[in-house]
Amino acid sequence: MRKLPKLEPETAFYWTCGADGRLRIQRCGQCGTYQHPPFPRCSNCGSEAVAPAPVSGKGRLASYTVNHEAWVPGLAVPFVFGVVELAEQAQLYVFTNVLGREVRIGMPLTVEFEHHGDVWLPMFREDRE
Amino acid sequence: MTLLPEKQVCITGAAQSEVGRPSPRTALQLTADACLAAIADAGLSPSDIDGIATYPGKSSEGGGIAPVSPSEAAAVLGIEPRWILASAEGFSHMAPIFNAVTAIACGLARHVVVFRSVAQAQARLVSRASTLMSGARDRVDGNNAWTVPYNALSPINTFALYAQAYFDKYGADEAQLGAIAVNNRANAAHNPIAIYRKPLTLDDYLAARVISSPLRLFDCDSHIDGSTAIVLSHRDAAKDLRNPPLHIEAMGMAVGGLWVGRHKGDFTELPAAHRAGAMLWERTDLTPADMDCAQIYDGFSIHVWMWLEALGLVPKGEACRFTEGGQRIALDGELPLNTGGGQLSAGRFHGYGHIHEATVQLWGRGGGRQVRDARTCIVSNGGYGYGAMILRRD
Repeated sequence: MRKLPKLEPETAFYWTCGADGRLRIQRCGQCGTYQHPPFPRCSNCGSEAVAPAPVSGKGRLASYTVNHEAWVPGLAVPFVFGVVELAEQAQLYVFTNVLGREVRIGMPLTVEFEHHGDVWLPMFREDRE
Repeated sequence: MTLLPEKQVCITGAAQSEVGRPSPRTALQLTADACLAAIADAGLSPSDIDGIATYPGKSSEGGGIAPVSPSEAAAVLGIEPRWILASAEGFSHMAPIFNAVTAIACGLARHVVVFRSVAQAQARLVSRASTLMSGARDRVDGNNAWTVPYNALSPINTFALYAQAYFDKYGADEAQLGAIAVNNRANAAHNPIAIYRKPLTLDDYLAARVISSPLRLFDCDSHIDGSTAIVLSHRDAAKDLRNPPLHIEAMGMAVGGLWVGRHKGDFTELPAAHRAGAMLWERTDLTPADMDCAQIYDGFSIHVWMWLEALGLVPKGEACRFTEGGQRIALDGELPLNTGGGQLSAGRFHGYGHIHEATVQLWGRGGGRQVRDARTCIVSNGGYGYGAMILRRD
């Protein structure tokens, strides 16, 4: 069970990009900086030429927690909530659930998508390649 | 240098309402209880108060996090304020205090009452989910949209990421973290209104269930119904009042990171809290070694490590060894910490318990938890926005 994100003008691309299986992150067309969450202008150079750009979907686990508390009835526990530092840029972080049994900081990860109606949630699991 | 605004303002009164889990009194009654007691503590009457402020104001969202507006509190108290503020954004819990300081220093008000009321225990009786991050609507928006879809439904899930990253980088362990909960509980035994006063051992701490690893049950604060009120006065008006004025020696504030969804660094620190700490020390000749006690925000125990380092009270990566064993943070230690029990044992007064406890110590009202000859106290608030003050008695 999940409460899904509202698709808002600046964030909808992130939640729908999994429709074609490719993760997108907002990138500045002027200076090339990635930023997440998306903003209407580049935090680095101020340009408004920001747009979703395909990324590798690879990264490393920056930190994680194993949640044991069933906050609402029916919530399946335990599960892993984590933060991924994407391969494209230092400190480019996205939150996720980490799938699979093993979990450790620094673990290489790769994206996959969990489809719910109009939302494709980016999820990550250990990258064994 | 021009006179800093905080040097023109003193704390002249402070009080808390009764506390309940739940309380039979409404949030507005609890607010009036705390405000009237604080005003009387200062030796003032409501007609002397010309400003009123709170964090965060009143929200229709429910959940008991924002149950009372300053307008309705003023009406109930019989105050006709010239200056009024509800601050839901900014430097977290201390924002209305910082703003009241500037209002007083600018001459917009002379005596301001700042209150913080919570009714989260009552709200949880109606809906246990009322205090979660998921909100009442079908879909989640804003900053929570990045975490709630992954079932990070409580703030603990996000702060647990910081705890795990800190453990991993600095080799910290759960016993070092547990020392905070044990210390706070020992202090709460001497605080008559603390909600948890039964002794807690490190074994008890370690035997408790894991909520979100590495954080356990006793790393979490508890929802309460209660209110705290603080009276701030211009220093010229403070001299002849009932209590020795408590000087606001310095204040520091910052926003960033979690508040705006932009995480910087490696999740072992709260960078904006470090900026608040740097600002604090720029505004005083005092140093960390001059602090007689510390009231450090403990929504979760891990906040204490983050804040101790952000405020420069211990070097980066050393907070875990500083709290280990509890001797250095005990009432007779190097830096007595959360002397009233903090939020972990006294309940989630949402930062204002820490401010109130600073006044207890500096006015010598601590009884069994009094730190001997306490003249200075450093206080910090917040996990999303960051505020800190140094309070000092002559």
